[in-house]
Amino acid sequence: MDDFEGYRRPDGTVGVRNHVAVIPVSVTASSLAERIAADAGDGVVATPHGMGSNQPGPARAQTRRVLRGVGRNPNVGAALIVALGTEAIDADDVADAVADAGRPVETLHIREVGGTAAAIERGTDLADSLRADADDARRESADASELIFGVECGGSDATSGIAANPAVGAACDRLVEAGGTASFSETPEFIGAEHILADRCVDEETRERLLQRVEEREDMARQMGVDLRGAQPTPGNQEGGLTTIEEKSLGAIAKGGTTPVRGMVDYAEPLPTGGGLVLMDTPGYDVESVVGKVAGGAQIVAFTTGRGSTTGNPIAPVIKVTGNPKTWDRMANNIDVNASTVMEGESLSAIGERIYRTLLDVADGRRTEAERRGLTEFAINEVQPATTGGESP
Amino acid sequence: MKGTVVGDVALVMDAADDVATALDDLSAGETLPPTEDTPVETTLELREDVPFGHKIAIRRIDAGDEVRKYGEVIGRATVAIDPGEWVHTHNCESTRGRGDLAAAGAETGGENA
Repeated sequence: MDDFEGYRRPDGTVGVRNHVAVIPVSVTASSLAERIAADAGDGVVATPHGMGSNQPGPARAQTRRVLRGVGRNPNVGAALIVALGTEAIDADDVADAVADAGRPVETLHIREVGGTAAAIERGTDLADSLRADADDARRESADASELIFGVECGGSDATSGIAANPAVGAACDRLVEAGGTASFSETPEFIGAEHILADRCVDEETRERLLQRVEEREDMARQMGVDLRGAQPTPGNQEGGLTTIEEKSLGAIAKGGTTPVRGMVDYAEPLPTGGGLVLMDTPGYDVESVVGKVAGGAQIVAFTTGRGSTTGNPIAPVIKVTGNPKTWDRMANNIDVNASTVMEGESLSAIGERIYRTLLDVADGRRTEAERRGLTEFAINEVQPATTGGESP
Repeated sequence: MKGTVVGDVALVMDAADDVATALDDLSAGETLPPTEDTPVETTLELREDVPFGHKIAIRRIDAGDEVRKYGEVIGRATVAIDPGEWVHTHNCESTRGRGDLAAAGAETGGENA
């Protein structure tokens, strides 16, 4: 039985953490949100970001989707939504998503309470009181099938496609076999490998959607008359032995495992539960891509790296996996699983099993290296004009 | 590990591949032994240094030919590459996301594919 102890929420989801999230609706309220979380202490986390107060339509819709998604992530036990009060995104609208998910929520408008000093005092009181509400939740038995596992790669090198990605892929296969859901994204890193994913789509609709999204990303480079080679693979990837985007992509898609592709959702859209592998259309920027999946409902993220990465997330624990023995030696205090043992003869399925067990342990409450170091990067992807061109009206 | 290890120092992911991945920092003059299930049929001498994780040509690749790894196309050779040479951005290029080619094609009235 693949079970763990999690926080069962009124909406039926199961959290692996029980955070009070302080969520600013704009950049204007972000530093205050951080201050409130710091003053309120343990168990209160902030999700500061750089999105503007009055973004154009599609960008605003995406920011709203992220904020609402983060607020109802199963790891959020209660939330405080902070706004200056002049933003186009309504704090009460974000709060509604949290309330609909059955979690306690409060809103704080900086202008209404009388400016920053008053907002810090009032916000810290609200966070303390929400912390007390969230503390009523107790861990109880839950099943692996209730997990959504987000999978990401960053700082890739040649070992990513040989060791860390296929090992995490084996863990995804194991979770899917147990009835759970796995999701990976980073659409620019499907380029050159999309035919393999397309062959694995369960239906024509998913297949067409996937191919269209990949084409849109490639078209952006074409329309701008630029060469993707400058940015993909990155200079770091190239130093690590990756020559082309095709090579990077063929290694990158291994992290999702080998099961059929059940569907593909937009950035930060709710990931369907009920088992299987689901793709999300995200940019390749690691932090934004992780946040997209967390907003989609992922409770835990696996992050593979060859060259080394320190990325964490305020809401979801991030399990770091490397296949590069030098990175493991140098950065063991940032990495949870060493997959470079594949080069000494350990099988990918054995490493996959280690990652799967780590996933269940972390679900049970074991802290990841990123959590121990207090690493909580958060950023929201901004819809650029070029990326909205392909969307239907 | 998927693929076949060649002489403890390189990895061939698929029998259809044109390249092997170095599992250590390798030096010019080192050799890869003939290995079953790989295109390395006779002893192959490295013509130059190849760093850890980088690629070694294990067959002759003509200029313009596709280059394969994982049994899949990862790009095309921009010059002829001999077995034992280092394969990287100086002799192998992507064929995808090439807005520069589309722009050049448009300027010369060529096809903007």
